[in-house]
Amino acid sequence: MSVKDERKSFLARHRAEAIGLAFASPWLIGLTVFGLYPILASFYYSLCRYNIVRPPRLVGLQNYELLMQDPLFWKSLWNTFYLVLFGLPLQLGCALLCALLLNARVKGQSVFRTLMYLPAVMPVVATSILWVWVLNPEYGLFNTILGYLGVRGPGWLADPAWSKPALILVGIWSLGNTMIIFLAGLQQVPHALYEAATVDGAGPWHRFRAVTIPMISPVILFNLIMGIIGSFQYFTQVYVMTATIEGGGRGAGGPEFSTLVYPLYLYQNAFVYFRMGYASAMAWILFVLVAMIIIFIFKTSGWVHYERD
Amino acid sequence: MKGIRSGRPALYGLLVVVSAAFALPFLWLLSSSLKDTAQIFQFPPNWIPDPFVFDNYKGAVTFIPFARYLLNTLLVCAGGIAGNVLSASLVAYSLGILRWRGRETLFKVLIASMLLPPQVTMIPVFVIFRRLGMYDTFWPLILPAFLGTPFFIFLLRQFFLGIPRELVEAARMDGCNEWSIYWRIILPLSGPALATVVLFSFIWGWTDFFTPLIYLQDKMNFTLSLGLQQFQESHQYLWGMLMAASALITLPMIALFFLTQKAFVRGIVTTGLKA
Repeated sequence: MSVKDERKSFLARHRAEAIGLAFASPWLIGLTVFGLYPILASFYYSLCRYNIVRPPRLVGLQNYELLMQDPLFWKSLWNTFYLVLFGLPLQLGCALLCALLLNARVKGQSVFRTLMYLPAVMPVVATSILWVWVLNPEYGLFNTILGYLGVRGPGWLADPAWSKPALILVGIWSLGNTMIIFLAGLQQVPHALYEAATVDGAGPWHRFRAVTIPMISPVILFNLIMGIIGSFQYFTQVYVMTATIEGGGRGAGGPEFSTLVYPLYLYQNAFVYFRMGYASAMAWILFVLVAMIIIFIFKTSGWVHYERD
Repeated sequence: MKGIRSGRPALYGLLVVVSAAFALPFLWLLSSSLKDTAQIFQFPPNWIPDPFVFDNYKGAVTFIPFARYLLNTLLVCAGGIAGNVLSASLVAYSLGILRWRGRETLFKVLIASMLLPPQVTMIPVFVIFRRLGMYDTFWPLILPAFLGTPFFIFLLRQFFLGIPRELVEAARMDGCNEWSIYWRIILPLSGPALATVVLFSFIWGWTDFFTPLIYLQDKMNFTLSLGLQQFQESHQYLWGMLMAASALITLPMIALFFLTQKAFVRGIVTTGLKA
């Protein structure tokens, strides 16, 4: 058999694979150029001193050592963890509560649904600008309403103690997507299960615990994972809401670095100070952290109840 | 069931209060956008502007090069839509319709790649685009769409799985090759799913801030989101105009939502329920 024949038969034997790869090729190229190569390259950069203008120069683990001594690195890591630990559960809880409200059959339900969902369609830059104004300590909507109730509102974004809660508040206002996913999950719970539970004498709280939660647990898991990923990428809102007149993201993250979240500090290192090596080391730490958290969640997801088809 | 009925008025009240809380910032936006500076900084604030001032809207489209930013944004959106529809449908055909070894593995890689934080790849990707001379052009905002966005591939694959197998088999029996099955049978059947891809790629193009921020430098190249943010950064106290501009870039999204509610909700929900 000649080489040519052999090649032909190889292709004939693997025809299905060849066609499959051909159709998938746009993404395979994308995956290589914008995924796999950058992951490896950013690891290499993380071991280098690199300012983009001059070629990267290997410095070993220096970037990682410097990071460990950098108080702003720790500060930014803490700020991001704050959002994950306090903001995310609060947002998920509120989204679930809203979804439960919207799942009840009452007149005008679609109006309520639209009103609660609408903030999620607002471009995030517009949302952020709106909320800087809403949270304006003197003339803003929020403190005005608190004023009606006889409460003197805090300085919100101007006060290091209240700036992170302010960010969380904005997150809660735009919880529409999470809520819609919860709602779709709730709508799939068979009605018969609730009826059976009621016949067994279960009250509303018990029905919620014994029927609703297990039945929507896959959706809870999904929203939790998406929320964690989103929290570790949380950037635009802080960038816009804490922007200073200096511009270019230089002064963002204030006051007193109280809103300097991890992706913002990473951005500043990369695109304000052009410390690409340092920023790449931060990116890799983020990568490992997020991967570990997601694996941990999957490993401990015994509470998730999967319907057997 | 009785327990639920007796709770009706309370439930209704709760729904009204909660949705009012969600709606209030929108009303505040609208109200502020129609006030002049004196009214904006009036204490305590008035809900209804007196008089109504429309200058802020005029200012928003003239003071900010709004038309130019709109054109840039639409260009980026159009590129993104073309790229995503083309590439995602091809790849989804491979992962959903074709049967071949390695397809399940690739699908897992696809899912994993959706979980990857963009910060991890951002710097090398930036270096690549810079080296290609594409810094401060729209290419970094458009090109990746042509190389497949995992979210859209996933969405279309889920849809393709629901297309009856017999259709594809019958076409193969008739001697159709895979390309013509993709082009003549699968695509024409996928209208609603493709509409969802178009819709979401438009929304992403319209609202994306991060990519324009790192790639666009010349003021004339800005998209609306970036242009608005840059304007806010340098004019922090022009609240009336800022609110008007925010309203203007939000309006198309709200209109789209009302026009396409079904596709809208489907896009968000399919990912959530089938993952």
